[in-house]
Amino acid sequence: MARLVVGPFNRVEGDLEVRLDVVDGQVREAHVVSPLYRGFEQILQGKDPLDSLVIVPRICGICSVSQSVAAASALAQAQGLSMPPNGERAVNLILACENLADHLTHFYLFFMPDLAREIYADEPWYPALAERFRAGSGVAAREFTAARARLLHLMGFLAGKWPHSLSLQPGGSTRAVQPQERVRLLMILGGFRRFLEERTYGDRLETIAGLSSRRALLEWRDQAPSGTGDLRQFLAVADRLGLDRLGRATDRFMSFGGFPLGESRLFRRGVWSDGVRDLDEGTIAEDLSHSWMLGGAEPLHPSAGSTLPLMEKEGAYSWCKAPRLNGQVIEVGALARQLIDGQPLVRELVGHSGGNVANRVIARLIESARLLIAMEEWVRQLCPGEPFCASGPLPEETQGVGLIEAARGSLGHWLRVRNGRILNYQIVAPTTWNFSPRDRNQVPGALEQALVGAPVRPGERTPVSVQHIVRSFDPCMVCTVH
Amino acid sequence: MSAPLGVLWLQSGGCGGCTMSLLNAESPELPGLLDAAGLRLIWHPSLSEASGDEVVSCLERLERGDEPLDLLCVEGALLRGPNGSGRFHLLSGTDRPMIDWVQSLAARARCVVAMGTCAAYGGITAGADNPTDACGLQYEGVHPGGLLGADFRAVGGLPVVNIAGCPIHPNWVGETLAALALGALVESDLDPYQRPRMFYDHLVHHGCPRNEFYEYKASALEHSDLGCLMEHLGCLGTQAHADCNTRLWNGQGSCTRGGYACINCTAPEFEEPGHGFQQTPSVAGIPVGLPTDMPKAWFVALASLSKAATPQRLRLNATADHLVVPPSVRHTRQR
Repeated sequence: MARLVVGPFNRVEGDLEVRLDVVDGQVREAHVVSPLYRGFEQILQGKDPLDSLVIVPRICGICSVSQSVAAASALAQAQGLSMPPNGERAVNLILACENLADHLTHFYLFFMPDLAREIYADEPWYPALAERFRAGSGVAAREFTAARARLLHLMGFLAGKWPHSLSLQPGGSTRAVQPQERVRLLMILGGFRRFLEERTYGDRLETIAGLSSRRALLEWRDQAPSGTGDLRQFLAVADRLGLDRLGRATDRFMSFGGFPLGESRLFRRGVWSDGVRDLDEGTIAEDLSHSWMLGGAEPLHPSAGSTLPLMEKEGAYSWCKAPRLNGQVIEVGALARQLIDGQPLVRELVGHSGGNVANRVIARLIESARLLIAMEEWVRQLCPGEPFCASGPLPEETQGVGLIEAARGSLGHWLRVRNGRILNYQIVAPTTWNFSPRDRNQVPGALEQALVGAPVRPGERTPVSVQHIVRSFDPCMVCTVH
Repeated sequence: MSAPLGVLWLQSGGCGGCTMSLLNAESPELPGLLDAAGLRLIWHPSLSEASGDEVVSCLERLERGDEPLDLLCVEGALLRGPNGSGRFHLLSGTDRPMIDWVQSLAARARCVVAMGTCAAYGGITAGADNPTDACGLQYEGVHPGGLLGADFRAVGGLPVVNIAGCPIHPNWVGETLAALALGALVESDLDPYQRPRMFYDHLVHHGCPRNEFYEYKASALEHSDLGCLMEHLGCLGTQAHADCNTRLWNGQGSCTRGGYACINCTAPEFEEPGHGFQQTPSVAGIPVGLPTDMPKAWFVALASLSKAATPQRLRLNATADHLVVPPSVRHTRQR
């Protein structure tokens, strides 16, 4: 048996180490280590609750808005405040813009460059793919970076800047949209639609969002040469490399549901375990048995949880806690969200091959098409002249929960206020779920399970299959431990 | 043309947001920006292909001096805890504290640049009672020192160059690195907190579209109001050193344009203002924090005079979220 310690693991947000036991050219066991702790939950204690709106976005530079929206949502519940329709649309637009930019950043800058590594140089598809996606020299990254910067002009208008905006408030958005700006927002989205349709998909967004079965996807793929759009190119390579047989975890998924619209929401909330079930937030508990954290033997619900670092601890190997839903390991992310929402293609893909590298990437690109279509609709619905932000007092004793969907999956903030100050603030981020260490029953986290069986080629010290699996989750390590 | 300068970028106790902001660069966008600035990435955690063992051997080569290190860029605070061990951040794959790597590589670098307020002064990571004993490269809050010590000079002779901001503007990075590559940045170009004066000898107030409201102290009362944010909503734009409202963010944005307070994120210790970030502490109705270089007596006198003279248009628009009274159109010839 060989032991590999893989790190620093780049093109993930933050720092990550993966320890692998390799037997007969396969990973037999994996330990996932989050090596950085900053102490946000400790910093938040005792603060003015509204200061969380400044502090929490700075947990993460890539999920910054998501952290803000979760905090604002917890505060809104604590204040008993609801947003005017314009506020809801503006906040949805800002969050969707971040999620969309993040999904595509993952695809173009973080995930695809691994397929352009020298190790694949003998593959027939390699020259075309490497020209487009090689880190540092690929054409796609240049085109995407420019398109992304222009898309984020939406943030300049609606949120002042990105990352780290203070426009997201419990009662809505601080930035009321003026009539001429609505038109400008549509034009910004139109520009990004063009990039997606010309470069990413080689087809209309509506066609991509409407793909309704695996068969429809394969037929669509074969309609045009594989160079017509980056999704086609990915599908062809994924097929050759068998990426749909790589990186399967537990096939239990969760989504807090995304983008409220009055009484409804764009993406449905629920749990998937051989079918959609209701989600009971009360059954979330964080296990600390293998984390460098002080805590009792019993996993606690985040509203009663604590975050106190303890480096000298027998059996611990990560700063990450191990959240479990009803005691079970859960995978979150775009795949979970689209599956639970009932997007028919994603339903079929998971039914066919479960959660795996290929399906995670496909789900992100399907969701991206759906997001931009929704964003165009929300811009059209903005009503300049009507309010964007409600306000109200914050009770001295109160509590609130903010459950939202960030690009990478379910994000929860649990807030308790006493004497007008923060008594306790606990955060469970998407990658905390996906990259958790083992729990007290020695059950490995989702990535730890997904890595088992990954092939390791002779001489590899940073196995490329492991890189595909890890990055297929689009991990955000600065959110994971904060 | 000389060979491009090699840049190593490391991240520690921060959020990665400065890198994300750098990706917002335009004209040119990021890959072109590096070329235009005369730079070559040795390794960057978000952008490079190399991972795992490839990176560790690269860092070892740089540390031994086998490969020259022109610019060392550090993003995120340096975490000295627990108990001085630095083990709150072990660089993965190396079992070695990041502060150890940074100290060792800084000694080799021709120039060291702090990317963002965390790397410069500690920033948000050093908030409250600073649970991880975080500090900046050459400052601990306002105090010189930090990880590398007040006397540190990089091989090229400069102290740490602090590109402060939470996050930093992509152009601040591009133009600073380009200036360094051209040899056009010397110690006297840095302000007392070692920030390049070309960006930080401005105030956020300069170019703020709410300036007419400010002149008449026509103030916003609630979020999304159009009026000046200084009197009630915590805005520190008249004191904050940065060119945010003339340079602009993500196209046409800035904090005050986004409808919320400037929190002075380019300053050391901005993370602990001593009051709620969105509140303005005042004594007898006069804000405690006065505009930069303004004597208090004059501020009080001018404020009361301008309040008395506030035009109806500004008074009404200040507390609305859209224009309710447009500027009147004068039918006489302009003089």
